[in-house]
Amino acid sequence: MGSSRLGRIVVHLTVLLLVVIWSLPTVGIFVSSFRDKSQISSSGWWTAPFRSTQNARHIPQDLSGQRLVDGEWTVDGRIFPEGSESVIEAFAATGKILDGEDSLSVGETAKLRRGISVTVQADGQYTITSENEITRARNARFVYRANEPPIFTLDNYKRVFTRDGIGQAFLNSAVVTIPATFIPILIAAFAAYALAWMRYPGRALIAATIVGLLVVPLQLSLIPLLSLYNDVGSIFGIDAKSYWGIWMAHTGFGLPLAIYLLRNYMAGLPGEIMESARIDGATHFQIFYKIVLPLSLPALASFAIFQFLWVWNDLLVAKVFLGDGETKTVLTSALKDLLGTRGGDWEILATSAFITIIVPLTVFLSLQRYFVRGLLAGSVKGG
Amino acid sequence: MELFGISQAAWGQIGFAAVSVIAGIVVCIGFFWGTNVLLDKALPSDVTGGQLNARNEHRRSAIRPWLFLFPALLFLGLFLFYPLVMTIINSFMDKNSQSFVGVDNWTFVFSQEAFWEAVRNNLMWIIVVPAACTFLGLIIAVMADRIWWGTFAKTLIFLPMAISFVGASVIWKFVYEFQSGDTQIGLLNAVIQFFGGDPTSFIDMAFWNNFFLMIILIWIQTGFAMVILSAALRGIPEETIEAAILDGANGFQILWKIMVPQIMGTVMVVWTTITILVLKVFDIVFTMTDGQWDTQVLANYMFFWLVRGDHDGYSSVVALTIMIAVLPIMIWNIRQASKDVGTG
Repeated sequence: MGSSRLGRIVVHLTVLLLVVIWSLPTVGIFVSSFRDKSQISSSGWWTAPFRSTQNARHIPQDLSGQRLVDGEWTVDGRIFPEGSESVIEAFAATGKILDGEDSLSVGETAKLRRGISVTVQADGQYTITSENEITRARNARFVYRANEPPIFTLDNYKRVFTRDGIGQAFLNSAVVTIPATFIPILIAAFAAYALAWMRYPGRALIAATIVGLLVVPLQLSLIPLLSLYNDVGSIFGIDAKSYWGIWMAHTGFGLPLAIYLLRNYMAGLPGEIMESARIDGATHFQIFYKIVLPLSLPALASFAIFQFLWVWNDLLVAKVFLGDGETKTVLTSALKDLLGTRGGDWEILATSAFITIIVPLTVFLSLQRYFVRGLLAGSVKGG
Repeated sequence: MELFGISQAAWGQIGFAAVSVIAGIVVCIGFFWGTNVLLDKALPSDVTGGQLNARNEHRRSAIRPWLFLFPALLFLGLFLFYPLVMTIINSFMDKNSQSFVGVDNWTFVFSQEAFWEAVRNNLMWIIVVPAACTFLGLIIAVMADRIWWGTFAKTLIFLPMAISFVGASVIWKFVYEFQSGDTQIGLLNAVIQFFGGDPTSFIDMAFWNNFFLMIILIWIQTGFAMVILSAALRGIPEETIEAAILDGANGFQILWKIMVPQIMGTVMVVWTTITILVLKVFDIVFTMTDGQWDTQVLANYMFFWLVRGDHDGYSSVVALTIMIAVLPIMIWNIRQASKDVGTG
């Protein structure tokens, strides 16, 4: 394929198109997480680098400067902070349509309710006049259409970390993931060695069972384990939904893949090394930790990445075995909840989503080689 | 009290995790090391009398494998084997697994319209997702191996594999976002608008919304298919392709008639792996629709009976339905693996 010049161009363009389609959704979330809240909801993220036009409402923040000028109460204010590059295009009293006949150009005066009027300039400075002293700022509110420069901000990140519990959830995810990644490795390594290099009756049966367990749906384990946890919890008078509980659950669920991957790798190690060690009088235990374990580091790394991604990204096991609560809600669970409670607030969702994916993406990109190796060795499972 | 902007409680949590990792590893090493030392002490080889030595040696090598295997078998038994048996039993028990109710749960679940909706949808998922992933993965693998920036392209296609289903759901929900009015901030609706179409709400568009959910999984899994198939393609002997070119075969003929048949085994592995994943798919549906608007699938239906329906019996029946669907693939896998595992 692609031997002709035209063919080669088609190949380049097809791959480019697919890569763009594959990347754009993630880029959208990434860009949006740095955009201003009101700009996200009023223009697509792909317009982020450009000036945008948007409609907004303004309520004067500070009416303390009111004074009587020629028998009218007058106060000045500005919509944008000083030095802003935003430009007012039109404005109107609240309830009027900005593109309709009640829409005013800059410099004109709009009649608001209760004898209040406002004059707005292009740079967002305005003057409010009133027959009586204004007591409620809401009575002096108005709407405007502004042409704004792009705003990029870290406020979304500050906000989700402090107010939406994402910071705490991030910590919870780390506390769940790190032990759940390390604990199964050692257990699996010993079992894998026994399956690859020791002789005893029943070995083939155990190996076949582990291949079978690779595909057992997680769903099958939930109910019996949940009642087992509750029983154990009530016997010892502790909360059944604990970190130890979820670490052990993830260990159990991760073991088939771990044993399978490591067994395949260890079985491929040269037998002569182990033979000569045996002849020199080394026990299996010594051979294991002196020879096999160091040689198996690439396979251990592969599995560690798998397990890390799987545990960090898991929602089901966390929902069932850890539950909710400040020190228990993990990132995936927190994100799912935000989707329910803050469905339309894309600045929060995009930022939270990006925070949940940044760690696995970094791990993945930096250790991709080991991950691919593991995939190729263990493609019976995959997820 | 704060340190590096992290509260004291948070430090406590981190400390707890760190201590637990160390404790877990120490316990593991302690077990393996301790039992092995104990075995060597209990059945020593350095006693006088060659016959006893030989007997002890023999016993040691009979026992030692089980010391290596014991923790793994304990966990597998407790977390996978025991629940499997219990789920089968629970499917014949009442809502709290207290008393025997015969096949009532099975007849009830099978009489539910929602169950059959889930089965129908799952069937669609099984047909569409593995086919789409394998096809796209193969196309990209073949093409990317022929361009100088192929590795970079493959990394970007592969990247979504690291993203959680929940994260992916949020990412795609943003793509599918629909707003009433002229401004569309969802990419898909903006594209539709650009070409003069009317923006639509995709998520509650019954029947078709299933495909919009499937796209999320296809987006995640195509990279997996691509990587595996790419490795298999590299194993194809160059001569077979050169011969086909000499015979005047065009690109597509080479792909479908020369390359694909040679990697059929790998295609099957990819296909079945994704099929199993599809059967277990839960997070995407749970996050995007929770089964509303005709998007129910078995895994989410099972979770519904587990949590909101609070009925262990029904939930077990749905879980076993998934298991039964996985069973043929499981047997095929064991057969394939036994070819080299059995004779070791």
